[in-house]
Amino acid sequence: MPIFVDRRLNPKDKSLGNRQRFLRRVRAELKRSVQEQIRAGKIADVDGEHAIAMPAAGTGEPSFREAKDSGRRQHVLPGNQRFTPGDQLPKPGQGGGMGSSPGSQASEDDFRFILSREEVLDLFFEDLELPDMVKLNLKEILAFKPRWAGYSVSGAPTNISVARTMRNSHGRRIALRRPKREEIEAILREIASLEAAGAADRRRIAALRAELDRLERRRRVIAFVDPVDIRFNRFDPQPQPNANAVMFCLMDVSGSMGQREKDLAKRFFVLLHLFLKRRYDRTELVFIRHTHTAQEVDEETFFHSTQSGGTVVSTALEEMQRVIAARYPSREWNIYAAQASDGDNLATDSERCLSLMDGEIMRLCQYFAYVEIIDERESEIFGSTDNGTSLWRAYLTVKDRWRNFDMSRIARASDIYPVFRRLFTRQPASQRE
Amino acid sequence: MPEHASQRELLFSGSDWSFRSLSRAYDVIEAVAKEELGLDTYPVQMEVISSEQMLDAYSSIGMPLMYRHWSFGKHFLYRELLYRKGGRGLAYELVINANPCIVYLMEENTMALQALVTAHAAFGHNHFFKNNYLFRQWTDAGAILGYLDFAKGFIARCEERHGVQAVEAILDAAHALMEQGVFRYRRPPRLSSAKQREGLRERLDYEERSYNDLWRTIPRLAEGGKADEMEDGVAERKRALNLPEENLLYFLEKNSLILEPWQREILRIVRVIAQYFYPQRQTQVMNEGCATFVHYTIMNALFDQGRIGEGAMLEILRNHANVVLQPGFDDPRFSGINPYALGLDMMQDIQRIATAPTAEDRDWFPEIAGAGDWRAILLEAWANHRDESFIRQFLSPALIRKWRMFVLSDTASERFYSVASIHNERGYEQIRSALARRYDIGASHADIQVVDVDLLGQRHLRLQHTINDGILLENDSCDATLRHIRTLWGYDVTLQGVDAQTGATLYERSGRQSPG
Repeated sequence: MPIFVDRRLNPKDKSLGNRQRFLRRVRAELKRSVQEQIRAGKIADVDGEHAIAMPAAGTGEPSFREAKDSGRRQHVLPGNQRFTPGDQLPKPGQGGGMGSSPGSQASEDDFRFILSREEVLDLFFEDLELPDMVKLNLKEILAFKPRWAGYSVSGAPTNISVARTMRNSHGRRIALRRPKREEIEAILREIASLEAAGAADRRRIAALRAELDRLERRRRVIAFVDPVDIRFNRFDPQPQPNANAVMFCLMDVSGSMGQREKDLAKRFFVLLHLFLKRRYDRTELVFIRHTHTAQEVDEETFFHSTQSGGTVVSTALEEMQRVIAARYPSREWNIYAAQASDGDNLATDSERCLSLMDGEIMRLCQYFAYVEIIDERESEIFGSTDNGTSLWRAYLTVKDRWRNFDMSRIARASDIYPVFRRLFTRQPASQRE
Repeated sequence: MPEHASQRELLFSGSDWSFRSLSRAYDVIEAVAKEELGLDTYPVQMEVISSEQMLDAYSSIGMPLMYRHWSFGKHFLYRELLYRKGGRGLAYELVINANPCIVYLMEENTMALQALVTAHAAFGHNHFFKNNYLFRQWTDAGAILGYLDFAKGFIARCEERHGVQAVEAILDAAHALMEQGVFRYRRPPRLSSAKQREGLRERLDYEERSYNDLWRTIPRLAEGGKADEMEDGVAERKRALNLPEENLLYFLEKNSLILEPWQREILRIVRVIAQYFYPQRQTQVMNEGCATFVHYTIMNALFDQGRIGEGAMLEILRNHANVVLQPGFDDPRFSGINPYALGLDMMQDIQRIATAPTAEDRDWFPEIAGAGDWRAILLEAWANHRDESFIRQFLSPALIRKWRMFVLSDTASERFYSVASIHNERGYEQIRSALARRYDIGASHADIQVVDVDLLGQRHLRLQHTINDGILLENDSCDATLRHIRTLWGYDVTLQGVDAQTGATLYERSGRQSPG
């Protein structure tokens, strides 16, 4: 009789630690590859699992191995149908007909493996935090949900707790010895039977009637349910953190925004989306593009169709206001916006943008990031100065007034991640206050 | 069909298993194994696990307890991928050479498969582990799990004290030398008990605490003033260090001047594990053959007794056929010789030779042909052979013909393979010895030894690779391995390739600190 042990409920994932060690080892390589894939896909698709080619760096396990291309060997093989000694076979890779060379095996070192969603995102957002997440949440809590908080002696009739009330009344009735119905009925039966038997024992009947009187009086005095028994359920309003986030992607699609600019913008939006998705249960995307007019569109149109026309940035902001008013009340939604543009705008319209931002938008938004996509050649000129397009200068004013606004310039793909990090990295508390 | 078949009740019906049916099947299988095959086994512990846990167990080189290392994570991902793609099924079973012998059963298996696995692992492998001379001599079945438990804890403590990175560096280097980390010819010392290890550790701790650097400066008696006798010195120190030494891990563990005690202990752990698996690597064909032969025989016996239904038997036979499938060399599925198939066929061949020999068998195997008692012959073979000697002794012309084996000569410099021998009168001997040689681990792995080291001078470590048949080493991985050795040794390391026949030096490589 062997010993049987059921190990199925033992902790699974014994190799988790080993896998983490492996991922840590090849982190840099994986990160590059994940970012590469996210660039190519749709914004909403990126939040999934990814097949990653086995990164070569640092995962080789060398040993003293025989070189296949040296020396003399003998292979013993089964299944000879046609050969006689002295026959010659071409080697594989030299136009030969052999299925695979003897003893060769697929290398373990170039397989593709699947990173789980968590692993992908961990690689992406190693140390990013939304700005002042906690503080914003506490400040912005607007939704409350009642939460049961025990019993109270006062309250609305709808909140009476029947069970608790009856329990109290029962205890009180026992304590004060309220006569039970059965006792009264027993006396009534006895009286009835005595009366039916003829007036044999009048004294006994009178005594019983007196007793009955006493009991009934007592029952009236000691109420079945007394006001002191009554308990009400109490509900405290519990603040509910918003679990929804909506992200507005605003983009200038006028002729000046070419494929390169859109590509850069897309990657920035991807990052933002992933990032929000990680923080909130539900994130929605709203794509608004504009030329001299603005409209809400789907992702495909947003990134892949070109329009031409003048540029009036404020139309996008107005469209955003309209969508918020129609679908995303700011007390239920955390609203984020990212705007990408080449900064080309009419001077008068930039003034209008400023007033729209000051007037309402910045109050509605948790965070508004403006990314200006500039030419690589310009990056040297504009990189470090506050000078720039009229929109840039207008937004600089917004930045001074609103802490939840930030802006940056991007010239090439490699800028995106650092800029994103700069915009979204948690800043030391001292700097914020 | 035997007449009593209908009276016996079936061991199980349907595909679901329960612990009761597992246990009942075990008892019946045990009866057949002991009475009809005469197997002698360790007590068994059967553990039911899920497929995920099987993947886990698999990727830490099949051991239930293992220290942590990234390469196991890599292998897990690799196996998981194959499993998910359906490219390779999981093994139905895993068995640990320990006392008691641990057999894993996968929860997903049907009852018929569980019975098959029980016969295969709990009796076939178990008998082989307990009785084969290599395992008896070289592994301590009773101590291995205790030792692994210690190793896991020790390495975890090292990671806490010295950091994961530092431990990883030593493990990486030690893993690279696993193949050169075994004693091939002399038996390693038995694994000490936990208590003795504890004593040793305390002593090391004490030495570490009470180490005084001053003592190092006192000149040693034997080494004073004999610098002129260089020639003598070389021979002397080779003797003192027991050179040449084939076990590189052992040499580094004992003689490296830069390793700290905990690092030496890690080398020792890796070395002990490599040594534990060394017999398994030499007995693949025999071990799998034995287990397959045993399950096939037992399952058929049970079917004959009417204890297994026809449906279950069909399922068992289908799985059996998958396991012993041997495609020909030109089949796209071909990936070398299947040890299950070769082992089973050879053992059934022995059975045939013992009971119904042909004239040819009588010529080739005069001792066993017609001896009748095939059980005794097999028990004797399982106990006293490894793959190489087993094939050299028992591969019969009949089997060579059945498999249509042939030998290809492969000279790297030529554009063609040439067929050296085929399954005919002149080829049998050659095929047999070529195949045996392929399973000779001593001959098929690079022979690399420590030949010299100058402990007083620049401490240059010299390794020698004895080249047989002109087979060199892969340059890149050779250099990387040498760098690992350098990490452990701390000073320059060179590897000299010397031709075994001519004695000429064919190459020399050195392990420089990482080339950037």
